[in-house]
Amino acid sequence: MSATRAAQTFAGASNGGRGDTLVEVNNLKMYFPITEGILIQTHAGFVKAVDGISFMIKKGETLGLVGESGCGKTTTGRCILQLENPTAGEIKFDGVELTSLDARQLRDVRRKIQVIFQDPYSSLNPRMKVGDIIGEPMYVHGLEPDKEKRRKRVRELLTTCGLRPEMDDRYPHEMSGGQRQRVGIARALALEPEFIICDEPVSALDVSIQAQVINLLEDLRDKFNLTYLFIAHDLSVVRHLCHRVAVMYLGKIVELAECDELYDNPMHPYTKALLSAVPVPDPEIEEERQRIIVSGEIPSPINPPSGCVFNPRCSIAADGCRGEVPVLRELKPGHWVACPEV
Amino acid sequence: MAVSEVAAEGIVLEDSRDTFGQKVWDLVRRKPLGAAGAFVVLFLLVIALLADFITVYDPVKNSYDSMHVPPNAEHWMGTDQFGRDILTRIIYGARTALLVGFVASFIGSTLGLMLGVTSAYFGGRFDLIFQRIMDIFMSFPLIIMALAVVSIMGTGTDKVIFAIMIPFIPRCARVVRASALAVREIPYVDAARTLGFNHKRIILRHMVPNVMAPYLIMLTSFMGQAILLEASLSYLGLGVQEPTPAWGLMLQGGAEEYAESAPWIPIFPGLAITIGVFAFNLLGDAVRDTLDPRLRSQ
Repeated sequence: MSATRAAQTFAGASNGGRGDTLVEVNNLKMYFPITEGILIQTHAGFVKAVDGISFMIKKGETLGLVGESGCGKTTTGRCILQLENPTAGEIKFDGVELTSLDARQLRDVRRKIQVIFQDPYSSLNPRMKVGDIIGEPMYVHGLEPDKEKRRKRVRELLTTCGLRPEMDDRYPHEMSGGQRQRVGIARALALEPEFIICDEPVSALDVSIQAQVINLLEDLRDKFNLTYLFIAHDLSVVRHLCHRVAVMYLGKIVELAECDELYDNPMHPYTKALLSAVPVPDPEIEEERQRIIVSGEIPSPINPPSGCVFNPRCSIAADGCRGEVPVLRELKPGHWVACPEV
Repeated sequence: MAVSEVAAEGIVLEDSRDTFGQKVWDLVRRKPLGAAGAFVVLFLLVIALLADFITVYDPVKNSYDSMHVPPNAEHWMGTDQFGRDILTRIIYGARTALLVGFVASFIGSTLGLMLGVTSAYFGGRFDLIFQRIMDIFMSFPLIIMALAVVSIMGTGTDKVIFAIMIPFIPRCARVVRASALAVREIPYVDAARTLGFNHKRIILRHMVPNVMAPYLIMLTSFMGQAILLEASLSYLGLGVQEPTPAWGLMLQGGAEEYAESAPWIPIFPGLAITIGVFAFNLLGDAVRDTLDPRLRSQ
């Protein structure tokens, strides 16, 4: 309940002149059941991949979602894409509740929400030519029924994404990782979406190619007025690209703030530890700076710690942290922290 | 990581743009046995198609002047108890064998392909129930299953094809499903869903093309089995009926009575069955080795 209230307040928060709310997630929960036995199946518990998170994204804004692996970043993205059926919570896109739509209504909404996957090798059908991969969605949604026009449009999109137009005749395996990722981006753009979920779009690429793809994503955002949910674990990439950042830990958002505010003035102990893990490209500063090492392993999402999920590893944990689940509090305008001790 | 491993293991076939001639030569060099099998299959195909032009005798008409003639210059493989030329009947029998083999294995494994991929794609309860039905079908031995179908529907070439096809469906469906389950988890299927494609399109355009390797392996290995099954059913009197020339039927007519007095009557159709099935099996093995990269390096 409290999380829902918090999210409603986000919607009212001022945000540097960007537009209206496009995506709103309220108290989203995604529990995966664990079953035991083959003939008689019994529920052995749940993996609480996403456990009651709320945020909103404004039109034209890029929200970064960071956290270590297994914290539920990707699952959050998949829930918004309706690839998973969330256990509870609301996902509103442009005011429309997605979880209650029927198949046909969902088809229309899907045009507007697209995804760029992490792995450029497995996200393209190896049996289809690049031109078909990008052209197929246009054909299915009736955007470009004419074959010649569709081909022209595909070639335009390839050019937009920094590929040569004649590459539409290639198979994905005839291209490099960076080129394939550009094809994945072109496919996402084929339906002229408003909102794109970038699920670690550069973490499978070489560093040199990463920069090119990031720049491409930035250019496209400006050109087509796109809104991104940028899921990543590379904090410097997130800082470069995002307007606001949400930090996730074990299925919960622990801190959410404007990008520079979060990087310059992190408040949650987990965020501090996460940011201190980013290497500094100056060996002298790198040598001297104090790193915060978090002890222990990330707890199992099947049986998370009571109270604040970070309390067993937290340096400032008090007795109260084991009892009550902390609520996101607005400590500064637009800076939300889920920790009672700061 | 797991996903890219699956892709690397070649559920996804990499397309190499060699010319057909290069591919054939490559196959002969790397898989001489498979190439020999393919050659025999092609040979059977040619004689089956050209049967009317390469034979001089009538395969069906009885000739009481020339019964039990041993192999000689006129009748290379001799004649049977009704005076029909055995070589002619074997050539025409190849027609029956290949027709039954190709049609039954193609329809059987294609239906299996569709059912297997559909079952894997929808998953959950549908998959569970569907797989148990397949299990029931699989619990019948091939020949018993075919016997049951023939005794319900009657005999004849078309019924034999149907009888042989039925037990192939669950076998292919199960193998294909295993691959399709892996394909379903690859992000391009998720991508297809987020692009708003319907189930039919995702199954036919995005999943089926990526499980062609196990499908082709099953298809080729079924061909030999289908020919053998057709021969067995015909031998048992449940398959193709006289006077249609069929290898199993020729054995049935000749084996018991003439094994000693006129051994050429059962020997030649027996050899035809053996060579035909052997060729298809060699071809099937070669196809499997080529398409399954886990075996490729060995």
